[in-house]
Amino acid sequence: MKRVSLVFTLAFAAAFSTQAASAQTLKTVKDRGMLSCGVSQGLPGFSSPDDKGNWTGLDVDVCRAMAAVIFNDPTKVKFVPLSAKDRFTALQSGEIDVLSRNTTWTLSRDTSLGANFTGVTYYDGQGFLVKKSLKVNSALELNSASVCVQTGTTTEQNLADYFKSNNMKYEVIAFGTADETVKAYESGRCDVFTSDVSQLYAERLKLANPADHAVLPEVISKEPLGPMVRHGDDQWFDLVKWTLFAMIDAEELGITQKNVDDMAKSDKPELKRVFGTDGNLGESLGVTKDWVARIVKAVGNYGESFDRNVGAGSKLGIARGLNQLWNKGGIQYAPPIR
Amino acid sequence: MSTEPRSPPSQFAARLRHALGGRAGWNGFVLQIVFVAALVWIGYEIVANARANLEAQRITSGFGFLNNTAGFDVSQNLIPYSGSDTYTRVFLVGLLNTLLVSIIGIFFATVIGFLVALGRLSPNWLLSRISGGYVELIRNLPLLFQILFWYLAVLAALPNPRQSISLFGSFFLSNRGLVIPRPIGNPGFEPFAFALLIAMVAAILLWRYARRQHFQSGRVITVWPYALGLLAGLPLVSVLIFGTPVSFEVPVLKGFNFAGGSRVIPEFVALTLALSTYTAAFIAEIVRAGILSVHKGQMEAGSSLGLHRGAVLRLIVIPQALRVILPPLTNQYLNLTKNSSLAVAIGYPDLVSVFAGTTLSQTGQAIEIIGITMGVYLLISLVTSAIMSFYGWRIGRSMGG
Repeated sequence: MKRVSLVFTLAFAAAFSTQAASAQTLKTVKDRGMLSCGVSQGLPGFSSPDDKGNWTGLDVDVCRAMAAVIFNDPTKVKFVPLSAKDRFTALQSGEIDVLSRNTTWTLSRDTSLGANFTGVTYYDGQGFLVKKSLKVNSALELNSASVCVQTGTTTEQNLADYFKSNNMKYEVIAFGTADETVKAYESGRCDVFTSDVSQLYAERLKLANPADHAVLPEVISKEPLGPMVRHGDDQWFDLVKWTLFAMIDAEELGITQKNVDDMAKSDKPELKRVFGTDGNLGESLGVTKDWVARIVKAVGNYGESFDRNVGAGSKLGIARGLNQLWNKGGIQYAPPIR
Repeated sequence: MSTEPRSPPSQFAARLRHALGGRAGWNGFVLQIVFVAALVWIGYEIVANARANLEAQRITSGFGFLNNTAGFDVSQNLIPYSGSDTYTRVFLVGLLNTLLVSIIGIFFATVIGFLVALGRLSPNWLLSRISGGYVELIRNLPLLFQILFWYLAVLAALPNPRQSISLFGSFFLSNRGLVIPRPIGNPGFEPFAFALLIAMVAAILLWRYARRQHFQSGRVITVWPYALGLLAGLPLVSVLIFGTPVSFEVPVLKGFNFAGGSRVIPEFVALTLALSTYTAAFIAEIVRAGILSVHKGQMEAGSSLGLHRGAVLRLIVIPQALRVILPPLTNQYLNLTKNSSLAVAIGYPDLVSVFAGTTLSQTGQAIEIIGITMGVYLLISLVTSAIMSFYGWRIGRSMGG
């Protein structure tokens, strides 16, 4: 009943507060001594707790980077696990400061939820996972199939669009959480499990025999995933936005967790601006001058975080693909820090 | 030491009522109007303030979203529905699914509950122990666990559609549910239905006539052969004249699933099974308590009139027990309806799943949607209570109580 309590918080705040939500998120976070970060209920590679309860993942790293910027301590984050359908209410009601939970950026979400997307942490697309024993090689062979899907995602609508535009019939069974969805797929209730491709790879790891299942080649949608913040606090919006940009720019500039201290001593004007030895870019964001160094020390640059969590250095082993930097064949691109 | 005479409580109550504004005449009337007006004003202010605040945060509010296209599909719809329908339609689909599982669940829970209660009271040692064991086992396990058990342990163990269990080549049971032939109306359907209706009305009239004769003159008329003749004969005549009323579309395996026919989805079966067996355990105890509350002398009196055990139970014990049973039974019906919202765990598309779930996250209008959903559950509960109260009132009246 978490959802209902969140709705009550939101309704109460809306009904009785005498002015728009406080525009002082950074101050609130500092006073609390903790960043409250909305994440998934356990999606390997993006946000999942390990056996000791430590959260790891690409989405988690964004929040850790923010904690590093604000407190110089990447552990000062309270992770709030949220189901797909609770996430926006949790953000609106002020339960969390930032939502970093593999959330697809769409126009309606950007305009009607009272929240803004701050950037794209991962360029994804929707795909299909099937049992190899079905001998299906293309999503176009899925006519009459039963499809398991997690409710409260863009996936449900993409699925309806795809089958309709290809004139195929299907049966959809929608579950509340990713775990329930995967369990139903594994039990044979559905022929197909559909979700963002990155999530398919992650969930496949949880199956009893991952090698028996294959991700079909079709990618049927654009799913740019990114963090979200509430409307009405531009300073906070800027800070979340530039934390991610700094990670991407750091990779482009070749700043890594290992060489960050050496790079900080560099004479290059570009690096001096980034490390705050010249100018006060950090202070104009409302944080300290060494903010980029703090981020890279805490979680590494974007490429390092990607490799460690979802890429070659992880169990998922997903190729960089679209998420490669713009000058290396991908589309990850951040505005310059200057 | 002076002792004041103690005033009787009724005077205290009168004074309290007086203090609370229950005054006679214009004075009290005006006060009450002012009070209601203040309540309305506060309510209006809350809504207006909420709207303004949501507006300021640019969170969309209002009920306009109900006319937008939903764009997603639902696995079970009792009314025609496709992804190009509106959210209002989604709401109706979800509501009907909730009502369907609740009504069928209430029916089976009541039947099983009564049977278990009678079993537990039975002098047969084995039967009463089995019934007792059922009650203790089922009511002490969490409902969600039982739903998942039926869904993931029992129904998921069925074979896949390609190896489905077939009955007469037209019923197929698999882990996708039960597929049955779908009746399709022929031109002879309307006369057939009409004949059946006439037969049913005639049978009921006949039965009432026989009962009145029994009460007035003690003459016992055996009705059932005539009723059966009517019910079988009239439709048969219709079939002979107008042809068969329905033909059946037999499902065939096509691709991944069966095409044609009607299907009962496993989510529905699992939820109905879990809800009815779970609630039945509570109903069994309520019924048992109700029956035990009827004084033993009543049964003995019935026996001494020469009635056999079944007649004593049916004519004397149950009608009296019902007055005790009804209020807590109503609670169980309400619980069952509300518990049906656990459906989302197994993907049954009930109101909470498709409306307070998918619709909520697609539109983001949490306050409106949760408000509507709560209102609907409240309405369902109030209607159920009203029906049960009416039933209780009728029983009371027929017993002259």
